[in-house]
Amino acid sequence: MKPKYLAIPYIVWMGIFVAAPVLIVVFYAFTTADGGLTLSNISEMGRFLPIFVRSFELAFVSTIICIVIGYPVAYILSREGARVQRLIIMLIMLPMWMNFLLRTYAWMSILENTGLLNSLLTALGLPALQIINTPSAVVIGMVYNFLPFMILPIYSVIVKIDKSLYEAAQDLGADTVSVFRKVVFPISLPGVLSGVMMVFVPAVSTFVISQLLGGGMVMMLGDLIDMQFLGSAYNPRLGSAIALVMMIIVILFMYVMNRFGEGEEKAVGL
Amino acid sequence: MAKELIRLSGCNVAFDGDIILDNINLCVKDKEFLTLLGPSGCGKTTTLRIIGGFLKPDSGDVYFDKVRINDVPPHKRLVNTIFQKYALFTHLNVFENVAFGLRLARTQNKKIDKHEISRRVFEMLDLVSLKGFEKRDVASLSGGQQQRVAIARALVNKPKVLLLDEPLGALDMRLRKDMQNELKQIRQAMGITFIYVTHDQEEALAMSDSVVVMEGGVIQQVGTPEDIYNEPSNAFVADFIGESNIVDGIMRSDGVVEIFGRKFKCLDGGFDPLEPVDVVIRPEDIDIVSSGKGKLTGTVTGVTFRGVMYDIIVDFHGFKWLIQTTDLCPVGTEIGIQIDPDGIHIMKKSRFSGMYGDYSSYSAEYDDIGDAELEHETDDKDSITRNA
Amino acid sequence: MTRKPGLFGRVYNGLILLFLYAPIFVLIVFSFNSTKSRSVWSGFTFDWYRSLIQDSSIMNAFYTTIIIALLSAVIATVAGTFAAVGFYNMRRRWRTPLMHINNIPMMNADIVTGVSLALLFVSLGSALRFNLGFGTLLIAHITFNIPYVVLSVMPKLRQLDSNLVDAACDLGCTWLKAFWKVVVPEIMPGIINGLIIAFTLSVDDFVISYFTAGGNVMTLPMKIFAMTRRRISPEINALSTILFLTVLILLIVINVREAKQEEKQKEKLRRSQG
Repeated sequence: MKPKYLAIPYIVWMGIFVAAPVLIVVFYAFTTADGGLTLSNISEMGRFLPIFVRSFELAFVSTIICIVIGYPVAYILSREGARVQRLIIMLIMLPMWMNFLLRTYAWMSILENTGLLNSLLTALGLPALQIINTPSAVVIGMVYNFLPFMILPIYSVIVKIDKSLYEAAQDLGADTVSVFRKVVFPISLPGVLSGVMMVFVPAVSTFVISQLLGGGMVMMLGDLIDMQFLGSAYNPRLGSAIALVMMIIVILFMYVMNRFGEGEEKAVGL
Repeated sequence: MAKELIRLSGCNVAFDGDIILDNINLCVKDKEFLTLLGPSGCGKTTTLRIIGGFLKPDSGDVYFDKVRINDVPPHKRLVNTIFQKYALFTHLNVFENVAFGLRLARTQNKKIDKHEISRRVFEMLDLVSLKGFEKRDVASLSGGQQQRVAIARALVNKPKVLLLDEPLGALDMRLRKDMQNELKQIRQAMGITFIYVTHDQEEALAMSDSVVVMEGGVIQQVGTPEDIYNEPSNAFVADFIGESNIVDGIMRSDGVVEIFGRKFKCLDGGFDPLEPVDVVIRPEDIDIVSSGKGKLTGTVTGVTFRGVMYDIIVDFHGFKWLIQTTDLCPVGTEIGIQIDPDGIHIMKKSRFSGMYGDYSSYSAEYDDIGDAELEHETDDKDSITRNA
Repeated sequence: MTRKPGLFGRVYNGLILLFLYAPIFVLIVFSFNSTKSRSVWSGFTFDWYRSLIQDSSIMNAFYTTIIIALLSAVIATVAGTFAAVGFYNMRRRWRTPLMHINNIPMMNADIVTGVSLALLFVSLGSALRFNLGFGTLLIAHITFNIPYVVLSVMPKLRQLDSNLVDAACDLGCTWLKAFWKVVVPEIMPGIINGLIIAFTLSVDDFVISYFTAGGNVMTLPMKIFAMTRRRISPEINALSTILFLTVLILLIVINVREAKQEEKQKEKLRRSQG
């Protein structure tokens, strides 16, 4: 027996449970209930343009905030001693092990109108804020849930940078700022890229966070798809079309990001 | 030397359209130390893997004791292998690594009892001077110690033939020399056949009974180390084994060759009149005389101190020769040379003519560059295994 | 350049950690609150823990989660390990496209994986007469777990000395025996790692379960989702606290063990050199 045949059961499994479902989604997106070909599911997409725009906008904003907050964390952390690094990485990963529904639920109680945040503000004599059920609440929830997914890949790239590279750069006349700008940052870009993938994809397709913190007022693509399959507007064909279009936009986005990343890598000669 | 033990007959191997072995015919005699020598990618490791049973030739036959063994899997051959980088089992300790084959023999109903296993393992560990290491993790051993474990692991099964695939490649210079001697002693103690693969010509000359020089999947020459060195069959062999000046010549008659328009006496014959030939002159066979007295006159353009002698580069009519001498000849000196007839070796023209034996770009680092090629050999061999 | 971060950097990282942990502490604190309020402290109680344990639907969801996680992790680990070995021994021409398909469930948005599997199960179910339920849930979990197992076993295979299997065969193994006696033990760390990842992912998954479990089976995350939508229920806080502490203790145990092993390894190395 040849060892490569060991993969056959899984290849069959992939055919049925990975490849076939994708094909079924495509099939559903382009057919009517009686099996005829149609483009009407796709053409209905125009109706949902505002939801597409909002989903990508919120996901984009959340991703940017994650980079802005998360990059410094990773960079600062990489300069700590080994023990501290290990401890803090543990601390950053620990919340990820708690179900994200629970973490999101926690924010419900903080952000709601009579919640902790507003109690705190009133106690300080400040005006209460209306955050829950607004896009801001959804963004806060996404940043909170996905921040570790941005910090960890960036950190893992920065921490692997050969220390002699810093010394070489300094030796060639770079000060701390230039070392960061010309060495650390370009090298860490692949980490940022994989962070973006890990944050953007779940953010654009979420329906839990938008339902819990948006209170149904901030409809996103995930909610829309959910509604077509398990919700009030039962229509799996339309749902498939929406999922398909979303997937294609995401794939295009990732492709562009990857090309951009390759260009950067070449530029710094990695 | 005794009877034939292994024979490869007309073996061909191609992979993805590249010819790896081209019609290999080879005979290994019983209790012989045979070395497959050549640069990376020459097919020496592939040949070894055919003998070990890890690779089947696309065509051609393999015989062991006159029995065709093409379809006999490795675990049924009376052959054991020492692999490049040793391939030790890191999840087992030293004792268990060595005992691995013996324990398998037991599960195959050949019955080796516990005491016998431990007796033989300790005997082997003693042979390779690893007594007291049996409980150690193999990962905690030094390169030389790991090498010894690999030797013990292969020999404990009492093979008739031991295959060694660049076994000393990962060791540093000093250790390599020690291990060369030790391997020779071990072979004498065991009295078995060794088939040894290396790209290091010094190692091949120092250890072997016979040497097989390979290049481009073809056997270039088979012979004793002395034959290979003194009577290379073509420019490739002459250049790969030791240092050689290889120049174009024309045979005037038996025993007379013309180089640079001068006639030299030599010992070779049997060529057509006026046949163009390759002439090999070893650097140590050239005598330096004063510039008027030599057959040829040239100018010294480079000197490298080598300890017992100097390597000097001499320019003859734009063609640079390497000469080894104990006399100091400073750069710029005009010198003459003489060559005794037995210092000249004539070869037929081959596809390697004109490719080797010119020292125009000679540098002292030359040998080190050759060693760096070792890595490639590992790679192409991997890709063959993967698809075997 | 390798100098330690300054005060500003440390304060910044401290604040980020505070941001990450504040909500969790709020959850924990209010799991002991005697009223249902999520913002006003009104006294200490264990009531919510009691009602959590007495809530049979929560406990059922918990059991379902554990059973699904164990089954799917074990099956995915076995299948994924075989698959990885198979892929590794293929020519690149075959391996590359197969690895791409393997990566689909990881790269794809969970919701797309969920609805596409649901569509498959519904279409197959109407033909083969089965409904969404425990079986489809298990298949879905196995499907999204295997790629992670493949990905954690693959690097261990690449680290293997390429002659290891040959060496075992040379010493008398058939290929299959070499696989069990040499390959599996050598890649064991990758297999264990894959098992742990698969189990964790399975316990944690909500989105794919939500679409593939049907109406009669519920995992714990699905139950939590239902609870958060229905009403304010401090049992969730109690549950969060228990889960958080479990994970915390597990991580501490794992880390202490790892640190000890590292010590041992260093000690060994020192002895072998000395």
